[in-house]
Amino acid sequence: MQIIQPHYHGIARTAQDYERMAMSGVVAVCEPAFWAGYDRRHPETFVDYFAQISEFEPTRAASFGIRHFCWVAVNPKEAENPELTQEVLRLMPEFFNKPNCLGVGETGLHKSTPNEIESLQAHVDMAMKHGQLVLIHTPHLADKAHGTKTVLEVLAGMDVDPDRIWIDHVEEQTIEPVLDAGYWAGMTLYPVTKCSPRRAVDILEKYPTDRLLVNSSADWGPSDPFTLQESIMEFRRRGHSLQEAVEIFHNNPCRFLGQNPKWDIKPITISEE
Amino acid sequence: MLSPQETLDTYYLEARRDLLEIAAFLDRYDRAAERVGGKADDESKRDSLLEALSLLAQSEHPKANRAEQLLEHFAKIK
Repeated sequence: MQIIQPHYHGIARTAQDYERMAMSGVVAVCEPAFWAGYDRRHPETFVDYFAQISEFEPTRAASFGIRHFCWVAVNPKEAENPELTQEVLRLMPEFFNKPNCLGVGETGLHKSTPNEIESLQAHVDMAMKHGQLVLIHTPHLADKAHGTKTVLEVLAGMDVDPDRIWIDHVEEQTIEPVLDAGYWAGMTLYPVTKCSPRRAVDILEKYPTDRLLVNSSADWGPSDPFTLQESIMEFRRRGHSLQEAVEIFHNNPCRFLGQNPKWDIKPITISEE
Repeated sequence: MLSPQETLDTYYLEARRDLLEIAAFLDRYDRAAERVGGKADDESKRDSLLEALSLLAQSEHPKANRAEQLLEHFAKIK
């Protein structure tokens, strides 16, 4: 089965992960800009990072026949440095022209501070002005419900197109307001701190799937790129057809990401099962 | 060996995850029952899990042998 990994931090992972993903059917990964594990101090550091994910990382993925796309943003954890955020925002548009850059992300909230909210607004505003897609991170654990509510309140006060915004890391307590507001919702499958493969399939069975994305968001922390495949296996084990799996794990990413013409992977139909 | 605080800090998130899996499993069962309009013919496994959760919810376990008690409890289920 052909699989798209819509949220993946390749620079934190090994070549062997790419190799194994390719062997498991992954045809494309999308790499949002991420927190480095420490707060970066210089705009130039972001420029180099954006160059890495827009120029070098696609060559690593291509070695295994995987297409690589990216997003650019200042991570919400670094929004407490507004001067740095503004300077990086000023430099970001040149990366919108990169052939694999899909939009602005992951922006969003971490602790929902005033600086984070200001940064989120600035990122979304920039994306809308430049016709870019938006990927929004929602907070972890105890901060998730409040942070997701705040994200929705911020977006409600802006002139945005919900079709072009993906709010990520939803779980059982946050998915409904995200879908009700017309946004795309992403489920991130982590070994411990986010949704699990089985819970994700529960959610897929409970809600309309036409605006749902599933990803592993594998990074440098406790994470696993193959939670996505585990979820597919669970989905199929419950009796859902191969085409239904393709619709969620391949075609939905194509439908959302295909709003950017750089994304040229098309939805597929299984002729016979 | 870990201190009491280290024990909580080390294993809390994993325990949280495991409880969420149990909650999701029970929800899954309820939705399945609702979908087909009836419960399982034999609900003893579900009942056993709920009894186990009740046992865990007791605040005092002087012998600190919850796992042993649960294994004995589950041994009754065929």
